[in-house]
Amino acid sequence: MKKEILIKNARVVDPSQKLDKICDVCVSGGVFAGRVSESAEVVDASGLVLAPGFVDMHVHLREPGQTSKESVETGTAAAAAGGFTTIVAMPNTIPAADSAASIRLINDIISETAKVRVLQSACITEGRSGVKLAPFGTLRKLGVVAVTDDGSCVQSAELMRNAMQYADMFGLLVMDHCQENTLTASGQMHEGEWSARLGLGGWPAAAEDIIVARDAILAYYTKSRIHLQHISSALSVGIIRSAKKRGIRISAEATPHHLTLTDESLKDYDTNFKMCPPLRSAGDVNALVEGLADGTIDVIATDHAPHSETDKDREFDCAPFGITGLETAFSVCHEALVRSGKMPLSRLVEAMSTKPAQILGIGAGTLAEGANADFVLIDENAEYVYNTTLSRSKNSPWFGKKLRAKVVATYLGGEKIY
Amino acid sequence: MVSEDLMKGFSWPRKDMISTENLTRAEIDRIFAMADVFRESLKNDKTKLPYLKGKVVVSLFFEPSTRTRTAFEMAAHKLGADVISVASNISSSVKGETLKDTARNIEALMADMIIVRHSSSGAAKYLADRVKIPVINAGDGAHAHPTQALLDAFTMRQKFGGDFRGKKITILGDILFSRVARSNIYLLKTLGASVTLVGPSTLVPKEFEKLGVRICYNLAEAVSDADVVMLLRIQHERQSATHFPSISEYANVFGLGIDRENLLKEGAFIMHPGPINRGVELDTPLADSPRSVILNQVTNGVAVRMAVMNLCMHHTQKNS
Repeated sequence: MKKEILIKNARVVDPSQKLDKICDVCVSGGVFAGRVSESAEVVDASGLVLAPGFVDMHVHLREPGQTSKESVETGTAAAAAGGFTTIVAMPNTIPAADSAASIRLINDIISETAKVRVLQSACITEGRSGVKLAPFGTLRKLGVVAVTDDGSCVQSAELMRNAMQYADMFGLLVMDHCQENTLTASGQMHEGEWSARLGLGGWPAAAEDIIVARDAILAYYTKSRIHLQHISSALSVGIIRSAKKRGIRISAEATPHHLTLTDESLKDYDTNFKMCPPLRSAGDVNALVEGLADGTIDVIATDHAPHSETDKDREFDCAPFGITGLETAFSVCHEALVRSGKMPLSRLVEAMSTKPAQILGIGAGTLAEGANADFVLIDENAEYVYNTTLSRSKNSPWFGKKLRAKVVATYLGGEKIY
Repeated sequence: MVSEDLMKGFSWPRKDMISTENLTRAEIDRIFAMADVFRESLKNDKTKLPYLKGKVVVSLFFEPSTRTRTAFEMAAHKLGADVISVASNISSSVKGETLKDTARNIEALMADMIIVRHSSSGAAKYLADRVKIPVINAGDGAHAHPTQALLDAFTMRQKFGGDFRGKKITILGDILFSRVARSNIYLLKTLGASVTLVGPSTLVPKEFEKLGVRICYNLAEAVSDADVVMLLRIQHERQSATHFPSISEYANVFGLGIDRENLLKEGAFIMHPGPINRGVELDTPLADSPRSVILNQVTNGVAVRMAVMNLCMHHTQKNS
């Protein structure tokens, strides 16, 4: 007999069906259903929000190769705790996910240890070296959903043009980490007042803007599709907005930290505020929030980038870029975007579930009948101190801090996994 | 001989000397007053002073330095401390040991103070937060070089007395990569002076205006009303190779050649933290002219560092 669940009294927020009201949700046999029998398990979700499970397009699981930082098992456990039921793993593993052999290896690890749905991305170029295209057609057959050299940016416009055109043939999403390398050679933080004060190498917003403009132009020229990762600059938001107006097939993501923190956070040289791209000015943060509210920025992605304490507890120049984000994304964004009145809860849910699912072309991010019963229960009024983590690393600027609004339960295919 | 009660009736709250940014006027005055005493003793007395007798000072230089290191070690010797020098090419850093482990090992060896120079901005604070003994920053990346700024201001004070208000100081050269410039800006602002920065626009970015200084790209205008012109060493190496065309172009546009002495107002004097590129940022006749106080800076450097080391060694900071 099929397992049945009836979730009662929750405020149900499903942007895919333009739904935001208190109603019942039924699950039968792991998928959402129109109704359930009398014998269904009843969950009373009074006072809670029920939303589609979150989809994170940008996660570093570090396996294989860097399991002192994270593994598929620990990273997906953290994902479940943060309400994410589907995540896209970045390909900058060791070895890089750029060949059939490495994708098969990763697929095996995922099927044995993952606690949420993990989709794999592959490299644009072999070894992420920016020289030679990876075998997209072969990788697509092995289930790869997107290609990116994340952590690096393809510098050659000619190669990027071909990557976009070639990938489009397979319906493969090209995602770009936008960084013009010559402008960031000695970059440690956003170039501005605080880099001047701190004497840290500047990483100008222009380094991102140049590649955002280049990619928009290439997408326009080749009529192919491009997704821009972790956008951080106000001018980039403007470029993307006008590209969309022109009908260019472009989408973009922003991280919780770029939507909420500024470069001033670096004043004590705390390496848990060191990430790539760097935290920028208040003007950039405001432009990102505005862009997210009006849909210029389509999705929120965490860029969850775990690093061990040994890696991060170094002189600033020596510490690696990146912070964790899966467990804190919802709380941090809810506080800064919804509680502050900058956008409705439904827009936040859309940016964290419906939109990324649409861009990836997967049937997640919805509570529609027949879809996998991946959903979260959220207590908007919960308060907690973020001081334990299921991730193997705790390189988060919010570690030890008090947060509000919490995912209190995560269901995957109708099973409670957190 | 200096009076024994130099420290009496006074408490110094800082374990470390990392930056001039948060130094108060009272703290600066205290350092200067103590440096005055040490400056006199250096002139008159060849014997060591006893203030750091029995203490072990480790000088940990991860970057090459001649004059700063010598001045610190001289200062420690004059205060009666034992000095151990650790240079980066012989330290464990070449074997991959982290700065944290190096520092903890030095502390475990019962050292009493660390003088550190490091190429990474923030490294001195990083170290200071992780050891219980005092840490004196001898230069961290492009961030800070507090004792250099203190000795510079101490030298100016000898010239125009204790009151910096209304005094105009122009800093000329590579500001972007200069920890000396940053530390001087903060200190001089606290003392009440006005600061002008001048140099190529690529090395004197507009962001520095946020630090409360005037920025100028015209040499004549920048130095015409200055009481002090502080020159910084200009280099054309890897980190600044694309910031300006060549050393000779720099000398043509921003060099303080002998033919430009007439741009300076009467009584204005010239400072340089060294080492000087003669003929580039400064011509030899000017460097050696009565306007130059460059050698006073060097001698003052020992006295000021004695004061800083003595104060921090006898700090009253809690939880350290």
